[in-house]
Formats: sequence, C-alpha cells, structure tokens
Amino acid sequence: MAVIEAQGIRKTFGTTVALDGVDLRIEEGRIVGMIGPNGAGKTTALNAILGLTPYDGQLTVLGRDPWTARAELMRDVAYIADVAVLPRWIRVAQLLDYAGGVHPRFDRAKADAFLARTAIRSNAKVRELSKGMVTQLHLALAMAVDARLLVLDEPTIGLDILYRKRFYDSLLNDYFDQGRTILVTTHQVDEIQDVLTDFVFINRGRITFGSSMEQFESRYLEVVVRPDRIAEARALRPIHERQGLGRSILLVDLQDGGADRQQLAALGEVRKPGIADLFVAMMEAQGTTP
Amino acid sequence: MNTGTIVWSVRRELWENRSIYLAPLIVAGVIALASVGAVRHNLQPDKLASHDELVAGVLMGTTLLVAIFYCLDALYGERRDRSILFWKSMPVSDWTAVLSKMAVPMIVLPVVTFVLTIVTQLIMLLAASAYLSMHGRSAAALWQLPWLQMTSGMLYHLITVHSLYYAPIFGWLLLVSAWAKRIPFLWAFLPLAAIGVIEKIVFNTTTFVSMLGSRISGGMEGSGAKGGMMMLWPSQPFEFLTRPGLWIGLALAAICVAGAVRLRRYRDPI
Repeated sequence: MAVIEAQGIRKTFGTTVALDGVDLRIEEGRIVGMIGPNGAGKTTALNAILGLTPYDGQLTVLGRDPWTARAELMRDVAYIADVAVLPRWIRVAQLLDYAGGVHPRFDRAKADAFLARTAIRSNAKVRELSKGMVTQLHLALAMAVDARLLVLDEPTIGLDILYRKRFYDSLLNDYFDQGRTILVTTHQVDEIQDVLTDFVFINRGRITFGSSMEQFESRYLEVVVRPDRIAEARALRPIHERQGLGRSILLVDLQDGGADRQQLAALGEVRKPGIADLFVAMMEAQGTTP
Repeated sequence: MNTGTIVWSVRRELWENRSIYLAPLIVAGVIALASVGAVRHNLQPDKLASHDELVAGVLMGTTLLVAIFYCLDALYGERRDRSILFWKSMPVSDWTAVLSKMAVPMIVLPVVTFVLTIVTQLIMLLAASAYLSMHGRSAAALWQLPWLQMTSGMLYHLITVHSLYYAPIFGWLLLVSAWAKRIPFLWAFLPLAAIGVIEKIVFNTTTFVSMLGSRISGGMEGSGAKGGMMMLWPSQPFEFLTRPGLWIGLALAAICVAGAVRLRRYRDPI
C-alpha cells in the first residue's frame, strides 16, 4: 500500500492556483525529497497531506482522508513545519508531558534520551532556547513518536551547518527504518541528496518529474569537457551546460540523448550529477528559471 | 475524543494562561490580608455576611474579566504565533481543542471562584473570631450565620449564571477569537455596539441593549433576588431551568462553538 496517494489535487487561493492537479504516489520505506522553487506549492501540498487545508481531488494518506480525519491520522504522522511552531511560553518538560498525555504513540523515554545528548534543560522555556535547540527539541518530539510517516518542511532552515549535519545524521541513524516513510522539502538540495531514496520536482503547482535515486544516477551523467572538445560534446545533445574553471560541465540524459557512458568518458571526466543541476536544467528548459 | 485528551488539553490552557488562577488568587489574597488588618469591621454577623457577599462579588467580577480576555485570545493567539501548527500535529481534534477552551470559563473559572471565595470567607471568619475571643467576647453569633445556605447559594449562582447563563457570551468571544485576523477585542464588541446604535436610530428602541444588559446581569431582575444572590438557594431551584432565555442562550453558545470549531479547521495561521 502506498503511504501517500494523490490524484489531481487542486487548491486555489482566490485567483491564485497553488496546486494545479498534483499526482503523487509515495511507497512505504522511502525518503522522498520534494524540490521546487518558492511559491511552487510545496507547503500547500504538505498542508493538504497533513489535513491542514481542504482541497479538491483524491488524496489518501495511510489509507485515510487527511481533511476529514486529521486527528486520527496524526497518531501515525509526525510533522515539523518550516517555521518554529512550538509554543514559546511552554517549558520543555511540559511539552513532553503534554505529548505523552495526548499521543498514544509517544515514547517519553526516547525523547528524554535524545534530549540528554543536547544542551536543552527540561525546565527551560522554548523562548529561552536558541533556534538550533528549538529544532532539536522538535526533532526529539517527532522522533519519539512511533510514526509511520514523518513530514519535514524545510526542517533545517536558518540552522548553521553543524546543526544541519547532526539533524540528518539523527534522522538516518536513530529514526529511519523500512517501516517508516519520510517526506522532506528543502532548499539545500545538495545537502540531502545522499539521504534521499527518491525525489520529485514541483513547479507551478504540479509535480513535473519524479525518480528514484538509482534511476536518476543511471540515467543522468555529468561530463566535464575542455573547450577543444565542446563541439563534439554538444552533438550528444546535453540537456544543460554550465561553465566552471575553464571547462564546460554538461548534463547528459543517457535515456533520451542517444549517448552512452563510453562516449562521454572519451570526452572528459564523467561524474555523478546533482539533483539541483537536473532541477535547474529542467526549469530552464521550461523557461521558468526560479 | 477521550477524557485523557480533554484533561491534558485543559491542563495546557492553565500552563499557558496562568492568570486563570493567579489573578483571582492575588485579588483573594489582598482581600484576605485587608480583612485581617481591618478585622474590626467584621465583628457583627450582618456586617460579616455582607462583606462575604462582597468578596464573592469581587472574585466573580475578577474571573469574569479573566474569562473575557482568555476567550478573546484562546483561538487567536495560537494562530498569531503559529503554534496552531504544532497543536494540529498532535492527535487532538478541533472539537476537543475548542471544547477544552470552552471548559475554562464554564468549569475551571467557576471552580476557582468558588474555592477562593470560600477560603477568603473562612479567613475573614477566623480572623473575626480570633479577635473576639482575644477580647474576651463570644464569636458564636458569627458561626451561627447560615453558612451552608450562603455557600450553596453561591455555588448555585456560579453554575446557573456564570457558567450556563454566560455560555453564549463565552461562545461568541471564542467564535470571534477563531475568526479575527486582527484585534479580536474590537471585533467582539464593535458589532454589538453597532447593532445597539442602529436599533436606536432606526426604531428608536433599545431591545438589543437591554437584552445584553439582562444577559450580563444574569437575568436576575424581577426574579425576587432581593436578599442577594446567596439567598437564592434553595427558594426556587428549578425556576431558572424553565426560563426560555437560558435555553436560547445555550443554543446560541452551541452554534458559536460549532462555528469556532469549523473556523479553527479552516483558518490558516495569521
């Protein structure tokens, strides 16, 4: 069974179309990145999935309709929003008490163990914590919930590099297993590329592309070409070209371009491309550079 | 919806809004201190009884003010600071959330008022008794006041007026709190004032304003409450239940709460 199954999700705010027919299927045990420019509809899509906003179209999350069954759904879903949403007046201990009180799948010992590794004191108020600590606290809460789906909307925005790395380390080492699914949006695509198993591109309220990381890595290659070989390389119809250190860096689609790995290796250094580069290439091809 | 979730939801309201118990506690503390200092004014039974009633009235006024400001912020503040996104990430329904907020003015505050009033009255009684016995006089007359009747009368008044009769007021304030994007205080009171003014200009009547006044005074006018609210019980315990005003008010409160639940579901953070 798919964890998330969406067909033709539409959502408008007045005359603005936020979601223009989103089709999305996410299987259990995947870590899926949702990548798109600002205003592409990422947060609106997540809000629909979390039952925070009504929509038109078919959507089931863990077999439930999120809009009509939010409270039930939240027993199996943990969520960290793109902004600090923990109430600023609450004490850490109160927050844990409350979560333990209302959430049947909240494991207090797990949250305590996670927090013991941080500098967060249990009698501190959320407003007294630094931005990084608030994110750690929210992550501790989310990870202490035995959830089947974890939704992260720009979870590391505004955090320094050290926190960001720790965040994803904890996520992978302490939390993720085959029974869980993670859906994450972020601007720092390069940072999570190694974490993801799948990704989708979203633009102008539509899912424009989706792939597993294996498919992506076997289909796309990047080749670094010296100026004297550039004409030969361009004949292979790269989908994108950028400049770097006196070389041209070409992104090639092995499936549609007709080139193979050996041809490319003859032209220059072949390497694994970044999702971000594919994203830029596709955006430019559509004439919608963010 | 289960009881545990409701209890934790109400508890979290008390964590956030400590004025629910701190404001009446401070008022009660000041009165208790003053009553010890000015104990000589409480030595006659009739004086003590009237001061007891005054204490109840002041504390009821205090908790009513607390209730009004609490309700206006209850569903507005969580949208303004975006913490609603956190509350909604917990398996707590919008009905549970709104009903637990409604429980604060309808149940928690009357209980706080009742307990603090009794404790304050007891302190006044003990202080006066101690003063009398220190001066070699008998305090028996003070203890022969109809305490049980006074206390049950106050309880009756709290349940009927402060909880049931005021329910539509709290419901309306919660509804505005769930709806307003700015300054819920103005949105709560200006429309009511406008209706009153328009009615006066167009029809030259004051039905709406006197309706509001009757609601706030607890519908006490003409009900023979001459002996003060504490003497109500048990003269006509069921008269109140047969008033149409009570049931119309409760129906309005239910509509407002249902509206607030719906708004909480639909409204985005501000």
